[in-house]
Amino acid sequence: MLTKRVIPCLDVKNKKVTKGVRFQNNVELGDPVEMALGYSRDGADELVFYDITASAEGRPIDIEMVKAVARAIRIPFAVGGGIATLEDMYRVLLAGAEKISVNSLAVTNSSIISEGSKAFGAQCIVLGMDPVKTADRKKFPSGYEITVKGFRQRTGIDALEWAKRAESLGVGEIVVNSVDADGMQTGFNLELTALISTSVNIPVVASGGAGVPQHLVEVFTQGKADAAIIASMVHTGKYTIRQIKDEMVAAKIPTREKW
Amino acid sequence: MITIIDYKAGNLTSVRLAFDALGVETQITDAPEKILAADKIVFPGVGAAGAAMHNLKALNLIEPIKKQIKAGVPFLGICLGMQILFNRSAEDGGTVCLGILDGEVKRFVAPSNDIKIPQMGWNSVSLKQKHPLFKGIENHSEFYFVHGYYPITTVTETIYGVTDYAGVTFTSIVGRNNLLAMQFHPEKSGRIGLTILNNFSKWDGKC
Repeated sequence: MLTKRVIPCLDVKNKKVTKGVRFQNNVELGDPVEMALGYSRDGADELVFYDITASAEGRPIDIEMVKAVARAIRIPFAVGGGIATLEDMYRVLLAGAEKISVNSLAVTNSSIISEGSKAFGAQCIVLGMDPVKTADRKKFPSGYEITVKGFRQRTGIDALEWAKRAESLGVGEIVVNSVDADGMQTGFNLELTALISTSVNIPVVASGGAGVPQHLVEVFTQGKADAAIIASMVHTGKYTIRQIKDEMVAAKIPTREKW
Repeated sequence: MITIIDYKAGNLTSVRLAFDALGVETQITDAPEKILAADKIVFPGVGAAGAAMHNLKALNLIEPIKKQIKAGVPFLGICLGMQILFNRSAEDGGTVCLGILDGEVKRFVAPSNDIKIPQMGWNSVSLKQKHPLFKGIENHSEFYFVHGYYPITTVTETIYGVTDYAGVTFTSIVGRNNLLAMQFHPEKSGRIGLTILNNFSKWDGKC
């Protein structure tokens, strides 16, 4: 049976893994290569690496760091941050990543999705989306509006409409980030995750809000997620991936238990 | 030295890095003469069958591949590199493939909307026969899969592993003599996948 994926996320800034609360007040947590290796040994099913300041600083992704992480781990590896062109995508893949995550850029230039998908295959292209809740159901039937630039800028695009459009443009997977939940460790946005996951035919990854193993159980059952991203709860050493997976197994969620 | 065939079907970095981690030397090549001189071949690939067959023809690689398989050179197919060994694939409106193994490649159809296509993630493999490359591998171990099409054969003696997804049981490992091919990515399947690659690096091609 296909298992539900548990994916630690490394937000990297100045060559260190950092973590903030709702994308602010980041603190340094450690060396990306060491942490990646540790998580892959501890049973992570995949790893995500975001160069979180590349886009804002208008520079390309830290390719040397991507190479070093890719060399250290033997599990699937997704990379995002500062990826603006097909050439950027190619460099990241050549460095050893399997998947490329695009976010803000895809909203303003959606052709990067179709071009990337055509050039490297849909399985390579991951769309990260940053929806926020809105009361304006007339303009946003899903109740969520897509934002960009780290949730700082609204776009006027409905979240569900964008997910479906991205699927038709050729993304292989969608990561649904929740700003309200990010770093709060109060649980994933189950409503939003389930809404997107049941409306597209490609895998959906929930992100933002994981604080205790039970949150993953919830997002894989009520939230209908295919995979879940975790950060603070493992970065701080509060929980191990084994502990998370033990709870998933107890809840009868298909889980990779041996590695 | 392991020769990795580069037919412009996806990224070969992960395969190379996995052998690097094992301390096994590799060369990545699209040159027919290098493939003809190889003593161990990995045939990887991600992407679409139609383009892959087109590239193999354009690079004059089909005959060298067939010749080496026939000659008994240990040969490992991965993902698309497994699929195009069969007679045909439903991909790209129907693609005639290499026909080295009897069987075909079909498209997953989701039986309900909670089944996502492509299959992306870790799924278990039921091993059907013993094989030198399975040394140290427990039955029903999980491996990393990414695919929207699945291979299937009715030639029982070539079936080494099967996997269930989207309501079908497909052939996830196929083999014959010096040839073994798998739908999943051993290079991305952690320690267990690395064990298969390590076994391959030591394999003489005999079962």
